[in-house]
Amino acid sequence: MAIWADENIRLLVQGITGHQGQFHTKAMMEFGTKIVAGVTPGKGGQQVHGVPVYDSVEEAMEREPNASIVFVPAPFAKDAVIEALDVGIKLVVVITENIPFHDTMQFVHYAKYKGARVIGPNCPGIASPGKTKIGILPNVIFKEGNIGVASRSGTLTYEIVNALSQAGFGQSTCVGLGGDPIIGSTFIDALKAFEDDEETKAIVLVGEIGGTAEEEAAEYIASNITKPVYAYIAGRTAPPGKRMGHAGAIISGGKGTAESKIKAFEEAGVKVARFPHEIAELIKNDKRI
Amino acid sequence: MKLLEYAGKELFKKYGIDTPKGRVVSSKGELHNVDIPFPWVMKAQVLVGGRGKAGGIKFAENMEEAEKIFDELMNMEIKGEKVRKILIEEKLNIEKEYYLSFFLDRSSREYLMMFSPEGGVDIEAMAERVIKTNVNPLIGLQPYHLRRIPKEVRNIAANLFRLFIENDCELAEINPLAISNGKAIAADAKVIIDNNALYRHPELPKEDVELTPLEKEAREKGIAFVQLDGNIGVIANGAGLTMATLDALNEFDGKGGVFLDLGGTDDPAKVKQAFELMAKAKPKVILLNLFGGITKCDTVARGIIEFMEEHKLDCPVVARIKGMNEDVAREMLSGYVIAVESFQEAARKAAELGRD
Repeated sequence: MAIWADENIRLLVQGITGHQGQFHTKAMMEFGTKIVAGVTPGKGGQQVHGVPVYDSVEEAMEREPNASIVFVPAPFAKDAVIEALDVGIKLVVVITENIPFHDTMQFVHYAKYKGARVIGPNCPGIASPGKTKIGILPNVIFKEGNIGVASRSGTLTYEIVNALSQAGFGQSTCVGLGGDPIIGSTFIDALKAFEDDEETKAIVLVGEIGGTAEEEAAEYIASNITKPVYAYIAGRTAPPGKRMGHAGAIISGGKGTAESKIKAFEEAGVKVARFPHEIAELIKNDKRI
Repeated sequence: MKLLEYAGKELFKKYGIDTPKGRVVSSKGELHNVDIPFPWVMKAQVLVGGRGKAGGIKFAENMEEAEKIFDELMNMEIKGEKVRKILIEEKLNIEKEYYLSFFLDRSSREYLMMFSPEGGVDIEAMAERVIKTNVNPLIGLQPYHLRRIPKEVRNIAANLFRLFIENDCELAEINPLAISNGKAIAADAKVIIDNNALYRHPELPKEDVELTPLEKEAREKGIAFVQLDGNIGVIANGAGLTMATLDALNEFDGKGGVFLDLGGTDDPAKVKQAFELMAKAKPKVILLNLFGGITKCDTVARGIIEFMEEHKLDCPVVARIKGMNEDVAREMLSGYVIAVESFQEAARKAAELGRD
């Protein structure tokens, strides 16, 4: 078991002929992901690392993909996501950064209407060690195991996952939800899935300033989650009103501070780490694990 | 990107939203060309909130007063922001003040219309009487949504919604929305455009005066860069890791002066550019925290060396380098940087160097 992405994934890569698309197609294959097709309009008939490229998602369907990853540049990303949703793909992972928020709102709601899941945008994707990876997360940091990780960040997650692996704690699934204010899958979605996943024994959440997703997650944990949850929140020293790299990482109108998130988590019984690598130590010292 | 009030009101007019008769001036001489009868409302144009409380809105009965107020306002700094323009408007005869806005609601992931029968004050202060209406982005504003607010402002709400959508707004707010002689008039304008969508709106004025000159330069170069009030410059790859590094510094009583996120790049030219920008901010210490996953540590190291060969850097660089090709990178950088093993050690060392 794993959440959202397992060994049954047959992946389509949208924007496969671009620099990122090519590079990560290879990296995903090395991780063990089954990549069945790629799409770049106008580049049909080519091959990338042996993967056939099509002009449209509709044509690529002859290879029977059941998930898609989007590397398409921001101005065209909405079109790419809708194209995938329209042919019935139920999992779309959007790596692209800087997509206009109104575009994201539309494809997030369209996905809901189509009964599909969107992960991202502006995210590193999802990896279930030993099974599959749909994303750009580095292969070497993972280890098969029982910790579920959900995060709003990229590199910070790699740092934490790496520390977990080195301490002997492998992962069931690690999902990067994305650094934008509007995202397709939330902490609550991930918590729900990890709670239902037999393989997952403990959950790690990596949050940051901006919005109220952590507060909402804390409330959900208090009444719905039986598994131990650990968290790290980035941005304790971030000043209000400044966007800290991620579009969603901004304290505005007094909302979205790290203090508020840490307090909410602690009140919900979540152990919060002061340093990223401390998460592994918290788990190690927890008698429940 | 926030629009100044006058620019927001110009946008309002295009969408059929009435605004008070007004003129923008930035020099004293222009006052004499203003064809609005006294009394005037003179409003300092700044992006920060709380302008009224800070004394940024004044009334003038005649030209003599207007000239005096002009000098006062133009020499004013509101929460650190310099006043660069003044909006002069007719004084309205106000019967009622409402609040109306549309914004992107992060938690419901829908548009939210907010209306309050009490305008002119902070929206937080009137939370109880606010009518909140969620609007699905695929469906848009419906007549029944509008029936929840008074008849006299429904037309303005419909127009404001159209403006909000067509201009990729994060926020479009009218506070106060005044009723004057039976007509609804936008007495103020607050419009925030999504930066990611600016490419679709080349016609909008770009006056993001909230950025420092270095932050502007960084934005042009596509580097995430924020100036803070400490003396340690932090360079890391990834926004979350950069924030976490700043937080770690704080644990050892160090204070971050710059947030610089290298992003996913390991292009030596980009790395060099980032260091050039960092050097301009004149930090006392630079703390480099690199986690190479996809990013190769040795290519980042090459960029650093290129920079150091060309420029004389007068502050130490503490470097914690982890991940892909870390050994090679560390060897390359010996003699150039103070290498440390762990995240925590790096923060401790940089904080220490920042103190003496």
